[in-house]
Amino acid sequence: MHKESEIRDPLILGNKTYHDITRDIARPVEGKANKYWWILFILSVILFLWGVGCMAYTVGTGIGVWGLNKTVNWAWDITNFVWWIGIGHAGTLISAVLLLFRQKWRMAINRSAEAMTIFGVIQAGLFPVIHMGRPWLAYWVFPIPNQFGSLWQNFNSPLLWYVFAISTYLTVSTVFWYIGLIPDFAMIRDRMSKKISPMKKKLYTLLSFGWSGRAKHWQRFEEVSLVLAGLATPLVFSVHSIVSMDFATSIIPGWHTTIFPPYFVLGALFSGFAMVETLLIIMRKVVSLESYITIKHIEYMNIIILFTGSLVGTAYITELFMAWYSGVEFEQYAFLNRATGPYWWAYVAMMSCNVIIPQLYWIRKIRTSFIATFILSIFVNIGMWFERFVIIVTSLHRDFLPSSWTMFSPSFVDIGIFLGTIGFFFTLFLMYARTFPVVAQAELKSILKSSGSEFKKQSHE
Amino acid sequence: MSKKTLYAIFDDEEVLLKSVLELRSKDIEILEVYSPFPVHGLDHALGLKETRMAITAFIYGCLGLTFGGLLIYYIMISGVGKSWPMNIGGKPNFSFYQNMPSFVPIMFECTVLFAGHLMALTYLFRNRLYPGAKTKSPDPRTTDDKFLMELEIEGSDLEIKKLLTSTGASEINEKKIENE
Repeated sequence: MHKESEIRDPLILGNKTYHDITRDIARPVEGKANKYWWILFILSVILFLWGVGCMAYTVGTGIGVWGLNKTVNWAWDITNFVWWIGIGHAGTLISAVLLLFRQKWRMAINRSAEAMTIFGVIQAGLFPVIHMGRPWLAYWVFPIPNQFGSLWQNFNSPLLWYVFAISTYLTVSTVFWYIGLIPDFAMIRDRMSKKISPMKKKLYTLLSFGWSGRAKHWQRFEEVSLVLAGLATPLVFSVHSIVSMDFATSIIPGWHTTIFPPYFVLGALFSGFAMVETLLIIMRKVVSLESYITIKHIEYMNIIILFTGSLVGTAYITELFMAWYSGVEFEQYAFLNRATGPYWWAYVAMMSCNVIIPQLYWIRKIRTSFIATFILSIFVNIGMWFERFVIIVTSLHRDFLPSSWTMFSPSFVDIGIFLGTIGFFFTLFLMYARTFPVVAQAELKSILKSSGSEFKKQSHE
Repeated sequence: MSKKTLYAIFDDEEVLLKSVLELRSKDIEILEVYSPFPVHGLDHALGLKETRMAITAFIYGCLGLTFGGLLIYYIMISGVGKSWPMNIGGKPNFSFYQNMPSFVPIMFECTVLFAGHLMALTYLFRNRLYPGAKTKSPDPRTTDDKFLMELEIEGSDLEIKKLLTSTGASEINEKKIENE
């Protein structure tokens, strides 16, 4: 039996038994939604529908309804795309990288973090598809035998790399998530009574794939999880590296930098963890998971945010230094313009939200407070959106020819689509919170005896 | 003699593990163990063979790498690439080797795509898990907090029942197997 050090804080609070864990995790699925859930759900659906309207308007009329112009030909769509992809990074990091490092605290949060990943990547995927203008031809990005003569994809292009990267990331994450979900769906299936809720029983029977928990199955389960984690780890790092290459392989000053891949990956982890915190701090209250998602989990995540935030700050400063050191005027101007040009406020928002504010996590009191963490996580979410806006718009709006210098302002359609994806994201997440086992209960049970607070106390007496 | 199946239920994984070892040392065959979560060391205690899932993933990964490489080779260099050569950034369009660096991302993604999905499918196939399958567990509590050991015995069961109770089984149920 594995024993854990006494000084390590417990990960499961309260006097819980295996049955208590089952009951606590199944409760949101079995019970009825409360008032707050309905209010949030209706609001999200309204936002989503508004977004759908704006998307339909874009597709029906053309990209001209956005705020883009000849100089700033990429703006909100790609900003939102990168923002959502970044948010989609924490989930797989938590479930894959932390599994390889044997971090047990991941078990209480990996399910929701990965749900967030999948829903976030879905939002991200919408933007390139809408931007195509003719989304029904979106399948042209895949190398499918076709009748257009010799017209095939260009495998030298980072845009095609990211088609492959995102498709792989979305599908492999979903598979990883579902493999872990099967035993938990089985737990819910076995609790449902055929008489009281026959439809639900049928649904969970279907979802659980007939899982029965045999010893051989568990042995395979563990190996498959480990190998999938090993595969997903380089995948996480590759996806955002490839997204950054959409910019880095271009020749636009401000984009053409070799620092982009690691800098984007760190930024993605940074923003992903912030979004996980925003969601989990609300969720632990709404579905009463206080014993499982504890302040210790939040503190661990805050330490990662502090670390990645500091590295992102280092990257910002390195960028500035390299611009000056390159001796190229265009490069130097691009960065000077970012910080002091007409978009200085976006630069200030980015610097303060991403670099300065997370430094507050050095203070233990702030790091271990739910309210402070929630507020700071919102700042990070905003800051990371501005980071992408700064990189994209300020690099474009003053290009090589001063006569074509211009400003960008989003149209109501730009804003509507962005709000729509936020609505879509929360709609999916709220539905998930009511129908899925939101904590990987089978895994959690396996650490109850080593990390549960009562068991820890007993074993050290 | 009539055959029957015994279902011994345990409340704790450590007790179960000790009981499994005790029974196996007495050469009693254990048909199956059902548990709500992976119990570490149970596969060794039951004498299960190492799973070969990781090996399949490696094979599928190699397959994916080959597929990705051949796909790119066909589209960019040999097949379509030859009939419609494109000058992309001045890169030589007749040489796979010299173009390779920019093909690495997609070859890598294909490797992961194949390894991940095909291993997951193999896992579902080997475990006979598919939408609509019925659970084989004899007791629904095995996904909650109970551990179940399944034994098949012929003849007198008193001895084994005694052994099971003394090693910590909290409950023993039985089912007669009809003689064919």
